[in-house]
Amino acid sequence: MNEQVNVIDLNAYFGHIHVLKGINIAIEQKQVTAIIGPSGCGKSTFIRCINRLHEVVPSARLSGEVFLDGKNIYAPDVDPIEIRHRVGMVFQRPNPFPVLSIYDNVAAGLKLNGVRKRGQLDGIVEESLKMAALWDEVKDKLGASGVSLSGGQQQRLCIARALAVKPEIILFDEPCSALDPISTGKIEELIFRLKQDYTIIIVTHNMQQAARVSDRAAFFLLGELIEFDRTEMMFEAPADKRTEDYITGRFG
Amino acid sequence: MKLTLADRGFRRAATVLALSVVALTFLLACSMVVNAMPSIQKFGWRFLSTSTWDPVKEVFGALPFIYGTIVSSILALAIAVPVSLGIAIYLAELAPFWIRQPLSFLIELLAAIPSVVYGLWGIFVLAPFLRYAIQPFLSRHLGFLPLFQGAFYGVGMLTAGIILSIMIIPTISSVSREVFLAVPFAQREAALGLGATPWETIRLGVLGSARSGVLGAIMLGLGRALGETMAVTMVIGNRPQIAASLFAPAYTMASVIANEFTEATSDLYLSALIEIGLILFFVTLILNIAAQALIWKVSGKAGRGRGA
Repeated sequence: MNEQVNVIDLNAYFGHIHVLKGINIAIEQKQVTAIIGPSGCGKSTFIRCINRLHEVVPSARLSGEVFLDGKNIYAPDVDPIEIRHRVGMVFQRPNPFPVLSIYDNVAAGLKLNGVRKRGQLDGIVEESLKMAALWDEVKDKLGASGVSLSGGQQQRLCIARALAVKPEIILFDEPCSALDPISTGKIEELIFRLKQDYTIIIVTHNMQQAARVSDRAAFFLLGELIEFDRTEMMFEAPADKRTEDYITGRFG
Repeated sequence: MKLTLADRGFRRAATVLALSVVALTFLLACSMVVNAMPSIQKFGWRFLSTSTWDPVKEVFGALPFIYGTIVSSILALAIAVPVSLGIAIYLAELAPFWIRQPLSFLIELLAAIPSVVYGLWGIFVLAPFLRYAIQPFLSRHLGFLPLFQGAFYGVGMLTAGIILSIMIIPTISSVSREVFLAVPFAQREAALGLGATPWETIRLGVLGSARSGVLGAIMLGLGRALGETMAVTMVIGNRPQIAASLFAPAYTMASVIANEFTEATSDLYLSALIEIGLILFFVTLILNIAAQALIWKVSGKAGRGRGA
């Protein structure tokens, strides 16, 4: 298997609070890796270290190395903006740009990259919306505001927006926690299909969701990586007592 | 719940006090209309469209004052809006944290300086500086435009516009800053996550969402510029004329009322001044209502939150 993201001794802090403690993990290409664990265990912080979004919060610091295709993204000569082009992100609450139309929301990242030709944009916008399973619902109202859509549609719009810039990896930060079960199902289906082309890392609170969508799962507790294994192994025969307790619902 | 006598009395007193504000505004408007009646009846709509202001012959036309007020305010906005937005963006997004509070406080302090002080500074510092340095420069390089032709007086429309812009920068920048800070952090993250540079993040994630709120801030600044009296009176030159050049002296509605009220001996003269006051009153009232509506619109949107 091909290791695309290799994290070595990663420590992250907010001010004096030590949120990630010596994380070592290797994430494989074109697989879905779920990050599970109770609230406040550092799951979101962890994925935000992979697209260098941790550092935009004032007082945030980190140490350690994150290799993306063999290159340390925290090396001094690396431009975080380029990393964020390669590692897309979908957030917990759908956050389309409220003043932009559906079309412009999807095209926003492309325009940042200097794609201006209408024909080229049209093609990528349509392709991205189709991949995000939203095209049929919005193709007749591409000029409508992004926030006029339902919550689930907004989240798929955000996925289309992330896909449009053709990243290698997509990070999902609890993408369904603000959605109803039907919208959740659609997003999960989508994630399952996307792994053919993308490496996916998904933070989730929901054990069933992790079991349904992921190939591998990592269990975080209080900033430490407790266990990392194939998802079915983790759920059927967890190696660590704490993982078992969490999965069977004894805490968290 | 049973209300005691004191409770009921208090409730009634508070209601009366609250309503008194409404009544006051209404009475103010009414008394101005009544007092302006002689002028309204004599000149009709011509009052708004003619330029003769002759107290001796008792012929009054307010156009130069309306023109002066509008042009000086537009000029002030043209200078103040870009500067204020720059300040607001810096304070809300870019400045190091320790500097944000003190700097915001200093800028708000600018709004607390009495306008007569601005006027004095305008006469003794700004006007000579414009006259000997800026106006010759503008005339030399942009003199082909009618805006920058004619003699250099120092005092005039340009000076008034600059003074006004300095006076409204605190309003526009502090309100815009609040609006920027009200934009949810998720919007900035959305842009950052797409690989936006710091400037693109501000443009995409902040300015877009803040558009109507910033418009409200600009309207508040405009309202202040339209009504500002003392500083403008001191530097605008007080000549009721409509000149193409920004160097030429002009006059505003607020200034003419302040300057001529004590000399207005005849009823018609007085009533003409009151009619100018009425025009100013309505213009600022409408602008303030529009600004409030815009601010409600944007803060309502931010408060509701998005998501499912």
